[in-house]
Order: sequence, then structure tokens, then C-alpha cells
Amino acid sequence: MRVITAFIAITTGVLILGGYFFPALADVQTLLLNWAIILAGAAALVGIFNLISVHTDKIRRGEKGSTYSALLVIGLVATFTIGILLRPQHSAMQIVLSGIIIPAEAALMGVLTISLLYAAIRLLRRRTDMMGIVFLVTAALLFLGSATMRSGDIPLIGTLIRPWVSQILALGGARGILIGVALGTLTTGIRVLFGVDRPYGGQ
Amino acid sequence: MTALLVIVFTAALLLGITLWKRNSPARLRDIPALTRLYRMLGLSVEDGTRLHISLGRGSLLDARGGSALAGLATLRIIAEKTSVSDMPVVASSGDPVLGLLTQDTLQAGYQAAGVSELYVPTAGRITGLSPFGFAAGAMHIAQNEKVSTNVMLGHFGPEAALLADASDRESVTMIGASDNLSGQAVLFANTQDALIGEELFAAGAYLGAGATHIASLTVQDILRWLIILALLVGAAAKFFGVI
Repeated sequence: MRVITAFIAITTGVLILGGYFFPALADVQTLLLNWAIILAGAAALVGIFNLISVHTDKIRRGEKGSTYSALLVIGLVATFTIGILLRPQHSAMQIVLSGIIIPAEAALMGVLTISLLYAAIRLLRRRTDMMGIVFLVTAALLFLGSATMRSGDIPLIGTLIRPWVSQILALGGARGILIGVALGTLTTGIRVLFGVDRPYGGQ
Repeated sequence: MTALLVIVFTAALLLGITLWKRNSPARLRDIPALTRLYRMLGLSVEDGTRLHISLGRGSLLDARGGSALAGLATLRIIAEKTSVSDMPVVASSGDPVLGLLTQDTLQAGYQAAGVSELYVPTAGRITGLSPFGFAAGAMHIAQNEKVSTNVMLGHFGPEAALLADASDRESVTMIGASDNLSGQAVLFANTQDALIGEELFAAGAYLGAGATHIASLTVQDILRWLIILALLVGAAAKFFGVI
């Protein structure tokens, strides 16, 4: 079984990769990618069942935080059922979306802002080295340089330091990091393509 | 065709270096975050706490899949090394396909350790499909399931700060790496020892995933030097008006 899954995965990977370089394989590539998208959609349903299973298990065992699990399951089942019965375009579903889901995400975004500010404050306690100081000073300079003042940009910081740091130092660093990530992705992809790493089909 | 040549060259290098170095002891530079992770694996088994491995929300159908696959490779080793613990590792993800692979990987880790009967399917979880939904679900695990270490390896955006904040409140050790620049900045500010850039892909080699993972690091170094050389030559050629 493991050999068959590995064979299917490696063949599929090679065909999809080949589709980028050989026009003869382009149709096969499109077909396989379409199958992958359909399977990903089915996997979303499996994911929802996984979520329900995890939280009903927590409720059954009375674990810490099981009240929230109960709320999650009730909310999920109610939204799913109403969505199936009324269709997503129905006004009731729009109320659920614009009245609950979007405000909840927006609230988390607000909490995130506070968390980031707090993280910056904690940084020197956590990381009292040169890199921590450089990180904080750079962040402060960029904030100051981006500030909108009545008199316009802050001299030197807004006109020289911020553009130089963000467009030369930061951009160069970001490109270096992204090249490193791309190299890591390349070698990881080749390992999966060769079947050395097999995150599928068991051991 | 250049891309195909790069892939073939990299594959040949990877194969060659794996075969050449498979019997030699690995010499890896010290990465404090990965040393800490290795230590935490043993500590969590000893003190009866669990590790929470969060693999982010990278889809395998786009460019973010690389970090997700690297996270899965690391999860496989961690699951195997901590399978004897009373508190098995919990893995969370924010993508359904990644969630399925998480369960399969955990199962493979338990099988490799010879304790497949201890595998619990609910140990691999999809906590949410939107960035904040995923983060909120992962925070719940960090706060309520006797977690001693949060390991975040994969694609995370700024929402990683929420999980990092929850870990800090519960005094949970946090180790994180993301392939996303915003996520990396957030994790740098929130963790004791940050993993930057390609260090995300080195976790497998440092935890003992095998010769191919170590060879991958050597291949990355060779390619990095080639890119540096190409950049310098290109800059010099432009400066002197050759191109």
C-alpha cells in the first residue's frame, strides 16, 4: 500500500512539474491540478468534521474550556444548517456574516495590534542583545518617519533615514531572507518528489 | 528551461551529497532555537507535559507549501521521539489538506516508534480556515491542554502574535519560524531565539531526520554561494557598463 501511494504521489508530482516545461504535458497538468482542487474542497469538509470531533470529545470529557467547545459546536452546526437551508445569499446569513463573523475577526485584529505593541515593549526583556536594540530602534525610526505631521515629513528621519532604511537595508534583507526560503522550498520539494519525505500513506 | 536545469542540478547535488556523506558524522552550526527544541522534547516527556506543533495555514497547492512540508517532516520526528509520553503531541493547522497530512504524519511517527495503538486521530487538528480563526483555535490548545512548548513551523502572518501572546501568558516556551516576512518579524519580537529565513527548513536535520536532510543544508549552502557570486558579478558588470 505504501509503495502504491508513493508511486502515485511521485508520478503525479513529476507530471505536474513536467507540465511547466513541456507543452505536451500541460493538459495532464491542468487535469491533475483540477483534481487536487476538488480533493482540497472535500478535505475542507473532513476538516470541519475533525473540528466537531475534537470539540465534542472535549465536552464529553468535561475538559478545561469545554464551555467554549460547546459554543463552537452549536455555532458551527447552526450556521452550517441555516446556510444549507437558506443558501449563503439569504439576508439571515448575511447578518451572521456581517454581524458576527466579520466583527469577531475585526476584534481579533484589534487585539493583535495591542499584542504587537506589547511584544515590542517586552522585546528588550526577552532579548537584551544588539539585534534586539537594532530591531526596536529601526521600528521606532520607521514609525517616526511615516508619521503624518502638519508641517510634513520630519526632517532627516522622514526624508532620508526612513526611505534609506526601508528601501535599501530592509529591502535587501527581505530579498536575502526570501532567497533563503526559496532555496529551502526547492530542496524540500525535491525530497518530497523523490519520495524521501513522505507525509502521506503512513510510515 | 533555466528553471528545469536548476531543478535537475539541485536534485543531482542532493543525491550526490547524500550518497557521499551518508556515513560521515554531521557537523552543523549551533542554532539556539533548535537546540532548545531538542532539549524541550526530552523535558516534555519527563515532566508529563505536551508539545503543541502548529504548522500554519500554508496550502500545498501554492508556493507556501514548502514551509508546510518542512513542518510536516519535523512533526514526523517529534511524534516519533515523544510517542512514549503520557501526553502525546498535538498538531494544529489552518488548511484542510495540511490537516489531513498532519494526521497521517503523526500516525507514521507512532508506527515508526512501534506504538501505533497510542495514536489518537484527534491529535491532528484543523483549528480554523481563516487566519484569525486558526490562531484563535491554536491559542485554545496552548492555554488549555497542559502544553509546555509551542512550536510554530510553517506559514504564519501577523496573527502569530496572538498565539505568541497566549504562550507568554501561560509561561509556555515558544519556538517559531515562518516563511512570511511579517510573520518572521512578529516571531522575532516574541521568541527568545528566533529562527530566520531558511532556518525553518533546517529543523529536520537538527532533530535527526537523516542524511538527506543534512545534505539538503549543504545543497542550500552551495546554491546560496552561487547566487551571491552571480549577484556580485552582475553588480560589477553593471557598474563597469558590461551589461
